[in-house]
Amino acid sequence: MNKELNRYLASGHSACAGCAYPAIVRTVLGEARSPVVIVNATGCLEVTSTLYPFTAWKSSYIHSAFENASATASGIESAQKILFKKGKIREKAKIVVFGGDGGTYDIGLQSLSGALERGHDFLYVCYDNGGYMNTGNQRSSATPFGAQTETTPIGKEQKIGKTQLRKNLMEIVNAHNIAYLAQANVAFLDDLKMKARKALEVKGPAFLNVFSPCTNNWKFPLSQYVNVAVLATETNFWPLYEIEKGKYKINKVISNRRPIEEFLKTQGRFKHLFAAENKKTLEKMQEMVDEEWKKLSANASV
Amino acid sequence: MTDKKIALTGAMAAAEALRQLDIDVFSVYPITPQTPIIEAFAKMKSEGNTAAEIIQVESEHSALSACVGASASGARTATATSSQGLALMNEILYIVSGLRLPILMVVSARALSAPINIHGDHSDVMGARDSGWIQIFSENSQEAYDNTLIGMKLAEKTSLPVMSIMDGFNTSHSVENLEILRDETVRKWVGDFTPENSLLNHKNPVTFGPLVLPNSYFEFKIDQEKTINEAVNEYGKIAKEFEQLSGRKKDCFEQYRMADAREAIVLSGSAAGTAKEAVDKLRASGKKAGLLKINLFRPFPRREVARALAKVPKIAVLDRSQSMGTFPPLYTEIVNSLFPVASYKSRVISYVYGLGGRDIFQTDMEKVFEELEKGKTENRIKYIK
Repeated sequence: MNKELNRYLASGHSACAGCAYPAIVRTVLGEARSPVVIVNATGCLEVTSTLYPFTAWKSSYIHSAFENASATASGIESAQKILFKKGKIREKAKIVVFGGDGGTYDIGLQSLSGALERGHDFLYVCYDNGGYMNTGNQRSSATPFGAQTETTPIGKEQKIGKTQLRKNLMEIVNAHNIAYLAQANVAFLDDLKMKARKALEVKGPAFLNVFSPCTNNWKFPLSQYVNVAVLATETNFWPLYEIEKGKYKINKVISNRRPIEEFLKTQGRFKHLFAAENKKTLEKMQEMVDEEWKKLSANASV
Repeated sequence: MTDKKIALTGAMAAAEALRQLDIDVFSVYPITPQTPIIEAFAKMKSEGNTAAEIIQVESEHSALSACVGASASGARTATATSSQGLALMNEILYIVSGLRLPILMVVSARALSAPINIHGDHSDVMGARDSGWIQIFSENSQEAYDNTLIGMKLAEKTSLPVMSIMDGFNTSHSVENLEILRDETVRKWVGDFTPENSLLNHKNPVTFGPLVLPNSYFEFKIDQEKTINEAVNEYGKIAKEFEQLSGRKKDCFEQYRMADAREAIVLSGSAAGTAKEAVDKLRASGKKAGLLKINLFRPFPRREVARALAKVPKIAVLDRSQSMGTFPPLYTEIVNSLFPVASYKSRVISYVYGLGGRDIFQTDMEKVFEELEKGKTENRIKYIK
């Protein structure tokens, strides 16, 4: 393995074969030019990288609880400031938080908002796999409309799966007027790299929302996570864009966007949508994707 | 050695202690009756009298979470809270003690909702009694000051978190005369904080908070309990040092006219002053009344308490909180401590007083002694209303 890539997250973690977040973590941390302190919300990444008495982390690392990663980062950053001022430490590290969508969109949202508002110098990376995957696939506010999960099951009375739209976390984070935030995808590592570099250079809070397919619970073959992720962007379901000092930029414009069915059909969680009775639902989902894209592109320069 | 005598509220006294301790990080969220502590500290910062980083977070949950990050980074770390705030911190209390982080928390103890009530009692801190934090109660502003200093040193010596507890309003908002040590005396005594492991030591990176399975979790918890039990001794040593420094007697508990007592009240916190007045009055009329005031509630000094109470025939334990569905916390501790004493034949009666800021008067204390003397034992909780 590329030495630079596993500088901080070693091989030997116990993430599932075909899981996306090791590549996300390594790509982001590969861009760090100073030491890093990792803060991790409870979740898949935490349990698969810190099984006592082992750790896959070669950098300083802390896991505290599910909803408080950003508050924990605030404490580290403040400690670093004062200890540096007092001459007790000689170099400053970059503090990087990793949380899943459950720990970010849902239970950790208040803590994230507080830390963004206070302007701590840290990078928050959300690996968005669209649900509570560590606890066995329950719906989150990041679960897409129409997805079947263990808590949005298909039954006689319920043919669609999740009936609510995803929360637009990027807009919520953007409302804090931070200097840099971006949406990225594990299938486009050059783009993620560029964004990680920019985000790490910001003095103050920065945010990355990274698409992270889950082979187990989205139900696709182990070998397919990159292909599934490519389709998320090529259907405009997961556009790649950044917001730098309030200015939107779409990083990859899809000239001929593919129909949403092409993304949906790769995953078992959307299988029920292809039943004849859900034809209208599929049409609605296409409209929803196009509508979101219209809103985004109205804000953006290319 | 003491350089000045001044009049301060308990809240101001605790803030002064935090300043003298030269804490690095103070992470806080406002709640009555803790607010005068954080306001006083913010003013010290704005005047340039402390270098501490104050993090003004968006909830108590985040206040303590930020303390976790700061303390794991090697910073001398403190917070302050009350009531709902402490309840909201509950999840993180266990994480702090499990990670063995020496965080100091000043608590201005207050009732819990519902119904909402902002006044003093011990429901909040008693709700945290099993969380692995050392808990020290204060009777007045002087003790709030002293115990905040002692608490920080004890935390750093034992790698355990400490609550320095004063009664909300009764102590936090009451102005009293107290003696303040010199800044240099405090700094020299408390020393420098450099933990064995820190997130900011990049030459020796460490993983805090790993996943631990059934094959080792149990051992972690046994070790933790062993450490907090041993902290009784460490508290004793530090209390002795502090006694020499300040000239003020410090111990796990205070025995007031207990030597030949036939009837005793056991309690903790600000009501001790009222109880002492009652004891003095009864003693003057020839009664053998005494008071045992618990200072160190966690770890509970059960052997020492049992020794002190073993020969007292009649004991009333006054709790300022409840344990819904059974006897209240301090009563349970006293009975549990006395139970293994073979010769123990005392009667121990449970009283609950002062909930939600209800005042307790000297006449109430006298009435308790009177009931003890009459010797009626009832297997129920009595309320001093």
